[in-house]
Amino acid sequence: MSIEVRAITKKFSRYPALDSVSLKVETGELVALLGPSGSGKTTLLRIIAGLEFPDDANSRVLFDGTDVTQLSAYRRHAGFVFQHYALFGHMNVFDNVAFGLRVKKRGHRPAAADIDRRVRELLEAVQLAGYEKRLPSQLSGGQRQRVAFARALAVEPQVLLLDEPFGALDAKVRKELRRWLREFQDRIKLTTIFVTHDQDEAFEVADRVVLIDKGILQQVGSPAEVRAHPANRFVAEFLDLPLPTPAS
Amino acid sequence: MAGSASSFPVRARVDAPAAATSDPLFVRVLLISIVFVVFTIFFVLPLVVVLKEAFSKGLPAFLMVFQDSATAHAVQLTLLTAAIVVPLNTIFGLAAAWAVTRFHFPGRPFLISLIDLPLWVSPVVGGLIYVLVFGAQGWFGPWLLENNIRVIFAVPGIVLATTFVTFPFVARGLIPLMQAQGSKEEEAALSLGANGWQIFWRITLPKIKWGLFYGIILCNARAMGEFGAVSVVSGHIRGKTNTMPLHIEILYQEYQFSAAFAVAFVLCVLAIVTLVIKTYAEWRAEQQLAEAARSH
Amino acid sequence: MKRHTLPGFGITLGYTLVYLTLIVLIPLAALFLKTQSGGWHHFWETITSPQVVASYKVSFGISFLAAAVNGVLGVLAAWVLVRYRFPGRRLLDAMVDLPFALPTAVAGIALTTLFAPNEWIGQFFAYTQPLGAWASPQSPTGAWLATQDWARPYLGPTGIRIAYTQIGIFIALTFIGLPFVVRTVQPVIQDLSLDVEEAAACLGASRWQTFTRVVLPGLLPAIFTGVTLAYGRAVGEYGSVVFISGNLPFQTQITPMLIISKLEDYDYTGAAGLGFVMLLASFAILLVSNFLQAWNNRRNGVA
Repeated sequence: MSIEVRAITKKFSRYPALDSVSLKVETGELVALLGPSGSGKTTLLRIIAGLEFPDDANSRVLFDGTDVTQLSAYRRHAGFVFQHYALFGHMNVFDNVAFGLRVKKRGHRPAAADIDRRVRELLEAVQLAGYEKRLPSQLSGGQRQRVAFARALAVEPQVLLLDEPFGALDAKVRKELRRWLREFQDRIKLTTIFVTHDQDEAFEVADRVVLIDKGILQQVGSPAEVRAHPANRFVAEFLDLPLPTPAS
Repeated sequence: MAGSASSFPVRARVDAPAAATSDPLFVRVLLISIVFVVFTIFFVLPLVVVLKEAFSKGLPAFLMVFQDSATAHAVQLTLLTAAIVVPLNTIFGLAAAWAVTRFHFPGRPFLISLIDLPLWVSPVVGGLIYVLVFGAQGWFGPWLLENNIRVIFAVPGIVLATTFVTFPFVARGLIPLMQAQGSKEEEAALSLGANGWQIFWRITLPKIKWGLFYGIILCNARAMGEFGAVSVVSGHIRGKTNTMPLHIEILYQEYQFSAAFAVAFVLCVLAIVTLVIKTYAEWRAEQQLAEAARSH
Repeated sequence: MKRHTLPGFGITLGYTLVYLTLIVLIPLAALFLKTQSGGWHHFWETITSPQVVASYKVSFGISFLAAAVNGVLGVLAAWVLVRYRFPGRRLLDAMVDLPFALPTAVAGIALTTLFAPNEWIGQFFAYTQPLGAWASPQSPTGAWLATQDWARPYLGPTGIRIAYTQIGIFIALTFIGLPFVVRTVQPVIQDLSLDVEEAAACLGASRWQTFTRVVLPGLLPAIFTGVTLAYGRAVGEYGSVVFISGNLPFQTQITPMLIISKLEDYDYTGAAGLGFVMLLASFAILLVSNFLQAWNNRRNGVA
């Protein structure tokens, strides 16, 4: 499923968080939103998920061309993975992953046996088979994040949104999970947007990189393009590249 | 994430769909209405009743109530009781909190539970146990009678029962605060050669003053308002062993409603002042707690 | 923490122990010994006599109802005070502690006056009023009620009786217990991370599903703790109940009141026996509360 946002504007009390941001992410693409903290990248992701809403009447969020601007999060069914996992602390791993299937309306809800099979498949896929009965508090950070992935994927979302998914993990686990995400994405080709402030992460994993600062899109392009031709002073400084010369 | 908190719950655009963390408008209106109704019945109306009944015969009649010698004596006895009990329990609370938060020793959890005991035991039982020790049929009853010392049905019994019911308040205000603050600063002062007394006055007391104040205020409110425990030990002797709450009961049972409510009004004012000070002291104590958390 | 590095261990612990021994331990010992003084048989007869057993039902039963209602109202109030913004919120928040600060006797006479027949709230339950009409002898439901033994205490000459019945006791006990639940649940709601609710929404859960399946289970330990605290307080409560109850044996006599009437009859052994039962009940409730608190802490340790 493709995702398009048009002229997204959002203000928090006084300062603008996003200023007329437009972007299109194609089906199956893996895009990184990269910027310093407070740049508005997380807000953009949350607006796509339906967790925040734009202030401006002309702002639009389109999934596959359908306007979903007025749909709240629970009708958009975007898979969302939070920086701090946001696992349900009183549920074990199995129940966390099964949650999205169990809250479906009767008629759409899979049978218990199907839920069981699906959850086990997913835990297999994130290499957590055998951890069904553990509580989130009994898992390491990397394991928790993989449970969060499995939980988001259980409802078969058409789009996956990741908010600093590896931000709270140590360097080694980050690297592993990064590689795992890229391979996983290559395999299932799910439209994915992830937010990060870490340029290595963005450049290693993403098909395209979107640079944001102060609520304004600074540059959109493939890692190679952005590296070769930083669009402005911000991009160059943020990426530690030589300043662009006006002529080029 | 910072943004989500500031935009919650009112957003600029009224037609925007509900945020995932806010409840639908009708639910909010319904729940807020229920809370307003419940709080009005339980917390506002009782105060209004007391106010209205106390002044139902006008201000002069209200003032006359306190010229009655029995009423005046009840006020004095309540003040006297609080004046004895509150300092005693303050010193106890400080000592107990120091012992429990600065040292580890066997039986410490048991001691903490023991400090909480009066909050769990019926105040009537709190009074009863002193009757069983000092009453005519009690342990020391015969001896006290021989020496013509009165404890039960007299002021000492009232002080004892009030002490029992109110001793946890100062300690409970201090223990969580002092636990969170830890004893690093005290140990630093010790290494600089300060003695125990200096450490307490210069290091500990300034850090805990709002928690201490908060505990003293609550202790005082309960000491002046205690009814059940005092009722058991006092004997209800008019003009001798009646505190204000007991005097309210007598006036009420004699159908002197406006007089009963006049005395109740004074205690209401005390309660409201206590709540105002408590809200402020709690806020300051929280700040001290937050400072402690930050410096760790 | 190093042992005994700071000064004052001996004096503060010594003072604490002496104080507690004099104020608590010796008098409690007196209670235990007095309980024994009449012999086991007498003790057992005292604490199981029909009037006493009736008072247990009133004290422990109505306290349970009041604590359960507090569980619902307290969570609702805590949720509203933490999650909603509306004018008057801070004032309501400060008011929650009123039952802690208001002397129980004052609460007692004020609630009695509110709910007595023909008074402030009581008047709305007269048979001529909408709230009381259904119980009027002229109405079919009222005519049926009049034939029921259990309903008799509540049917006054002019309207439904609230004060001087078990309903009155229930109201007083709800009043004094409410802050315990609100103040226990409030900080836990405050600390809930909104992430978790958002995660549930993204997974397709409606707001109601999110509340019942994600939020409420997380609050349960705190709710149970608050309800236990409210129950413990209600079981022993005396001042706010004595005025509104009417103190009718077998009907509206609570156990603490029975202790006082035994003392007034100079039946010290009987009073001690009942006091002992109340004390045991308090210990049992305290144990449950400690257990729940441990559960609560463990839950809160979860990321």
